[in-house]
Amino acid sequence: MLRIRLIEEAIADHYAEGEMRCPVHLSIGQEAIAVGTCAALETSDKVYSTHRCHAHYLAKGGDLKRMMAEICGKAAGCVGGRGGSMHLMDVPKGVMASIPIVSSSIPVAVGSALADKRMRNGKVTVAFFGDASVEEGVFHESANFASLHKLPVIFLCENNLYSVYTPIDQRQPNRPLTDLAKAHGMQAAHGDGNDLDECYRLSVQAVERARNDQGPTLLVLDTYRWREHCGPAFDDHLGYRKEGELKKWEQRDPIRRFREKLGITFDAKMESAMSAEITAEIEEARAFARATPLPDPSQATRHVYA
Amino acid sequence: MNAVVQGHERVISLAEAIREGIEESFAKDENTFLFAQGVSDPSSMWGTLKGIDNRFGEDRVIEMPIAENGAVGIAVGAAIAGQRPIISFHRVEFALLAFEQIVNNAAKSSYISNGQHKVPLVIRMVIGRGWGQGPEHSQSLEPLFAYFPGLKVVMPAFAGDAKGMLIAAIEDDNPVIFIEHRFLHNSTGHVPEGYYKNALDGPRVVREGKDVTIVATSHGVLEAMRAADVLHKIGCSAEVIDMRVLRPLNVAPIVASVRKTGRLVTVDTGFVRFGIGAEILASVMTEAFNALKAAPVRLGLPDHPTPSSRGLIPGFYPDSQRIVREVGKMLSLDQAKVDSALKELDIQRKDLQIDQPDPFFKGPF
Repeated sequence: MLRIRLIEEAIADHYAEGEMRCPVHLSIGQEAIAVGTCAALETSDKVYSTHRCHAHYLAKGGDLKRMMAEICGKAAGCVGGRGGSMHLMDVPKGVMASIPIVSSSIPVAVGSALADKRMRNGKVTVAFFGDASVEEGVFHESANFASLHKLPVIFLCENNLYSVYTPIDQRQPNRPLTDLAKAHGMQAAHGDGNDLDECYRLSVQAVERARNDQGPTLLVLDTYRWREHCGPAFDDHLGYRKEGELKKWEQRDPIRRFREKLGITFDAKMESAMSAEITAEIEEARAFARATPLPDPSQATRHVYA
Repeated sequence: MNAVVQGHERVISLAEAIREGIEESFAKDENTFLFAQGVSDPSSMWGTLKGIDNRFGEDRVIEMPIAENGAVGIAVGAAIAGQRPIISFHRVEFALLAFEQIVNNAAKSSYISNGQHKVPLVIRMVIGRGWGQGPEHSQSLEPLFAYFPGLKVVMPAFAGDAKGMLIAAIEDDNPVIFIEHRFLHNSTGHVPEGYYKNALDGPRVVREGKDVTIVATSHGVLEAMRAADVLHKIGCSAEVIDMRVLRPLNVAPIVASVRKTGRLVTVDTGFVRFGIGAEILASVMTEAFNALKAAPVRLGLPDHPTPSSRGLIPGFYPDSQRIVREVGKMLSLDQAKVDSALKELDIQRKDLQIDQPDPFFKGPF
């Protein structure tokens, strides 16, 4: 979590330099879900993510240098500069794709699970998405199919309460999001998405169900995006958030809470050593991304067809 | 319909040829599976899916819930994971509900992933026509799909080619939109037995000629062939080109033909405006402007939706008679001869109603 936080903060701090010339959707404040879920998965398991994919990519083991290079539009980027920040993938690590159209990755993740079930290879696929995704028809189309065929897939809803600037209560009736799973005859669980242990525990249960042919699970984990929807800055001054809301969620910082839980087993000295190590890794990745070349224009026409 | 042996050639319908194509692919590769609404229906999608579930088992034939966008997305995910799904839509219009997945994920996964992902997926869709099917069951929307790099778009006209191209499409590592015209399902032709592939390499000359090049898609090819037959009798030699594959667009055979004939007529199953004919004309004029002896002509549908009533249909579809009239004007053919050619086409149609398949077809609609 600390690593993801520091990487995201480094992106925010250096964004204005103009090297990272693509939209970025930072995961600051939402790290626990990515880390807890991916800790419950094997490397051979698969995740599909969204526009806000940095945390998922990193938690699943995605290569940092190739991520930074991708955000800088470089040939060494994880997709050669074709996608930017919203399209991170690291196939050997099981980060199959990040798809920035709301809900668009969900059926693809279900298809991945269908293929795995047909091949009986025991793999599990996680579809990460936000609270607005359940407003899209294709979420329901996917949930219906996955439940009908008991596919090894986890629908992981990160409820951060906002779709861009619009709060969930202007978009959805007041009912538990887990009720949506009931409608599709699917298991569901709701938890604190800023509590790493809880995220991990619920993910382990869902993964176990998926692996044992007991079908999909909808996990709804509550969290909060600290910064703007797209971009490096805080945006509390815009007034779309409720007063004091950001402060309240900052008090529930998943990193702070986990630090407190660890107590004396993780002291300030250990943390600063860890931070220094991560910072060095980030600097190395940034230097790599700066130094490595842009793709040749001739590459733009490649891979239109397989 | 049973196979009819004509000489040494086995003759079956295009619908049966499609079914054989699926069966051959199923037998060859166990990763191939079928995904459709009503996949085991007694109607078996006009016979194109007949008996496949019994022969290959339920595991290979998956009923698709009424959820087109989800279905295509699921098929894309399965394809990325190494399967070869075939989706069948009973009408082109239903694929509109899946446009997001077709355009964003099917067409772009290879590109965005920098070649790490492949999407070996076939999406069959059927263009309806006739018997009053009307505005939302009779649309020819192939230009929408042909617009997107990353998709392949195939429109067979002949039964034998349909089987060979379908097998090639299933084995292709790219998403292929495979568009069947409902009027063609009952058309018959020579179809070899067993496994074979016809390359998805673009247009083919299906009738040689020297005076005019007629480029047509799908059912339009049959209309063009019929027009060429009667034109031949009045001394006009028309070359007919079957487009077969709209994307990737290979204009070379068309340009070569126009360099020979100097004249071009396109016959679309869709709208004239922004249609396939527009792209062909633009390409030919860019590459062979000096070869043209006359302004090219585009035939296709007028600028209004397809009405249901047969009272509103006359003049709507570009038929062989319209092709003959246009070629007559373009070449300044003797009007009496053109009239005799038109009369012969009239006689061929006999009592056939405007909303029924033409004499190329057997059996009820």
